[in-house]
Amino acid sequence: MIRKTAIAALGAALAIAAGLSFYRSRHLAEPVVPGPGVSRVVTLGDYFAPVKGTVNDAHVYVLEGKVSGGTVLLLGGTHPEEPAGRLTAWIFAENAILDRGRILVVLSANRSASRVTRLGGAYPPDFTIPTAWGGQKFRMGDRWSDPLDQWPDPEVYLHYPTRQELAYVDIRNLNRTFPGRPNGTLTERTCYAITELIRREKVDIAIDLHEAELQYPVISTIVAHEKGADLAAAASMFISSLEGFAIGVENSPKALRGLSHREIGDATDAISLLLEAPEPFLDATRGRTDRKLLLTGQDEFVVRAGKRGLLFEKIDEKGWPIDVRVGRHTSTILQILEIWSGDHPERAVAVSGVPRYTEVIEKGTGAFLRDPKTVPPGKLYYE
Amino acid sequence: MNTIVTILYYLLTAYVAVLLVWNFLKRKSWQEEALYVIVLIPFLLRLLRLK
Repeated sequence: MIRKTAIAALGAALAIAAGLSFYRSRHLAEPVVPGPGVSRVVTLGDYFAPVKGTVNDAHVYVLEGKVSGGTVLLLGGTHPEEPAGRLTAWIFAENAILDRGRILVVLSANRSASRVTRLGGAYPPDFTIPTAWGGQKFRMGDRWSDPLDQWPDPEVYLHYPTRQELAYVDIRNLNRTFPGRPNGTLTERTCYAITELIRREKVDIAIDLHEAELQYPVISTIVAHEKGADLAAAASMFISSLEGFAIGVENSPKALRGLSHREIGDATDAISLLLEAPEPFLDATRGRTDRKLLLTGQDEFVVRAGKRGLLFEKIDEKGWPIDVRVGRHTSTILQILEIWSGDHPERAVAVSGVPRYTEVIEKGTGAFLRDPKTVPPGKLYYE
Repeated sequence: MNTIVTILYYLLTAYVAVLLVWNFLKRKSWQEEALYVIVLIPFLLRLLRLK
């Protein structure tokens, strides 16, 4: 009896330790200090009532200039396990000043997916970006909505409305469920809310921020709907000659459904673009899957894969640090806005206060995260 | 329909958890007791909606 009690107590201790870790990760509050450009904060539920009050009723930070112009949507956190996307959106929400037009920023497009990590993937529960005031902790997140929020998965997932058959698990993937279904699953309803936001706010350009493993051919690129092909090509040329890094352009395939760059462009008047930066953390050949790999992008096994010609992007011992990945995104967005504004002066979006590639690398991403202790609690938002 | 399947799923999870506890109590060797306790943990975490 004593032995049974001891073993049961050991099991209870393990269950409590694991449960506490999962609970803390799921409920970690990430503070947001709205920057000088933020005029108001609404939520996705304001555009589609069935999402209101759910885990995916994400904040939408509205940055407005004094002069009217165009409207751009930045989507961070479509895949929360690709943190450069969320961090880039964070930098815009906390720093951007709009001189003309509007930018709508979503930091946690799939908040449910940000509250879980890859099942069986041994992901860290969170990571910290160092700052001058001590560092800001973020949830690690996953690619798919948390099964606790959306369950069960179907045997076969038929994309709505095209009925194309996709992987069953992708019914919880925000970037396979656009343009969304009003009476669908949580993930489909979230996509529908984003699509409604784009329609009602008359968004000109929707930019979805991602990262990709180096073994994936769509990497270091702008994936563009045909409506945005010229804009993406021009941005690619200017970035490659002015910003200190190269980025390609891919056409959004018409035969692959559910992705933001395809469905937003088809279902709304907006130009839809998707940005990909390299993230070795996601590579199947990676070594230890820890916070260091997430932030430095350094992994000897991925380097070895590169030496064997198995990758679609270069990598060496320097890896792909988070500052490089975030800087690629900020510069790409700024170039897109500048080219768009030059071509469409009546729909221009002029922004300042956002660091470019070289500045993010020089100062670090943390230099552009604002200290939540410097503002009254009533002014803070939490993701 | 999803709600019904979800409820059935949680009932099934609880049923398996009870079976595991029952088997744990009936075992005579410590290795088997430890095995049942370890297998039980993910079922408990799911029932408590922690993972």
